[in-house]
Amino acid sequence: MMQEQPVLSIKNLSKQYGEGCAHCEAADAQLEKNFCPHCKTVYACRNISFDVYRGEILGIVGESGSGKSTFMKSLYFDEEVTTGEGYLRDFEDGQTNIFTQSDQMKRYIRNTILGMVYQNPMLGLKMDFSSMSNIAEKQIAAGNRHVRNMEARSLSLLEHVNIPLHRSKEAPKNFSGGMQQRVQIAKALSNNPPILLLDEVTTGLDLSVQADVLDLIKSIQREFNISMIVVSHDLAVIRMLADRTIVMLNGEIIEHGLTDQVLEDPQHEYTQQLVYSLL
Amino acid sequence: MLTIEQLQKSFTIHHLQKTFPALQNISLHVAEGGFLGIVGKSGSGKSTILKSIYRTYEPQEGRILFESKAFGTIDLLQATPRQIVYLRKHEIGYVSQFLNVMPRTTALELVTQSLLDVGVAQEEAISRAEQALRHFDLDEKLWNSYPNNFSGGEKLRLNIACAVVKEPRLLLLDEPTASLDQASKLKVRESIEKLKAQGTTLIGIFHDLEFMEGLCDDVFTMTKYVEKEVLA
Repeated sequence: MMQEQPVLSIKNLSKQYGEGCAHCEAADAQLEKNFCPHCKTVYACRNISFDVYRGEILGIVGESGSGKSTFMKSLYFDEEVTTGEGYLRDFEDGQTNIFTQSDQMKRYIRNTILGMVYQNPMLGLKMDFSSMSNIAEKQIAAGNRHVRNMEARSLSLLEHVNIPLHRSKEAPKNFSGGMQQRVQIAKALSNNPPILLLDEVTTGLDLSVQADVLDLIKSIQREFNISMIVVSHDLAVIRMLADRTIVMLNGEIIEHGLTDQVLEDPQHEYTQQLVYSLL
Repeated sequence: MLTIEQLQKSFTIHHLQKTFPALQNISLHVAEGGFLGIVGKSGSGKSTILKSIYRTYEPQEGRILFESKAFGTIDLLQATPRQIVYLRKHEIGYVSQFLNVMPRTTALELVTQSLLDVGVAQEEAISRAEQALRHFDLDEKLWNSYPNNFSGGEKLRLNIACAVVKEPRLLLLDEPTASLDQASKLKVRESIEKLKAQGTTLIGIFHDLEFMEGLCDDVFTMTKYVEKEVLA
């Protein structure tokens, strides 16, 4: 195993809401958490840098408001980054910054290289369309036009995520939370993306359904050797899934390491608090 | 195979504003195919050494030089997390006293998965997993049930099976016989002897000195009992 190219490399990604002012842009700025008391600018993500390798699951933990979801949305182009660079191995061989691309190119990247599963299925699915057309939609977006192929692909994905096929023409609004999440996962996988982004996918699901979804994620990762970024505030989920873990606080990465190391030998004060709060 | 030089590890607990020393200037060496036993009182830092090698703990100073197949001689403390993940999958195994149960994963699946993770093909993984479970005398009726309600001994044997089935080059054993009855202990011993015969390097912590008798090539005693005094 020699030098290997990361599938995703993020360098100094920052996202702020607001213009910033002399006070908060100073090197020794005193912010209230990630908020400037003078100009009300919110620094949601500050200088986030990391690499993700093939077949690896990277966990991101942190309290509400620490910038986890903003980061994921920025990566999926739902939000525009303020500064920073991102490189994908599967986009121009990792030589071009994805965040400076045209909207058209960003759509191409998100439809072919990235898959996203949101915490809220309403964001990821069209609730009134059938499950099958939800999946087909993503395939059409990636340039597929062959109806039979799309149908076959959608059905095989739904089967894979354990949705009974006789319900494939039903709209996800009639499904339970766990099923909606599974349809979202099927949709995210529809174009065989090398990277899957999972934002709090098990939050709000009851324990047995949670276990179902986690099983599914784990089996997908093993089967497709896909890389994943998993955001969760649930340390048990992270412990089960992630090889490496990043801890975020107030928009910054404060700790980064092997998952068991972060959980058993936490260095930062906040991480220690987090781990000691574990039930 | 493994050389530890001047290892130092302390734990800083922020809310107490205290630092607790755990290891001070530990140096030891294990030759390829050797078995080093670590003995010492509880709290003397035996497990901390193993966890430092496995990089669950992050020591502050020293070196842990491991002769890896993939990376050559590598200082585990300087290795990237990516390299450690690789080493854990392919070269270094760890058996603790506790089983990390995965939700709704049967005993057989658990052992099979640890093989699938290293890239063994499904069919071979299953047959090797079955072999390992049989070897550790885990009742066949239990293979397809969830380990959550296994007895302590059954869990432990399952745990050892998971680690051993991957045939790591270096195996770290953190009191793997702590809650076993005599018969199970013998099974574990038998399997350790087998691993040793295959050339696996082992480092183990055992409370049971009798158990170690004749197994270990060398014994490292945590003589310097570190006072649990606060440093700062």
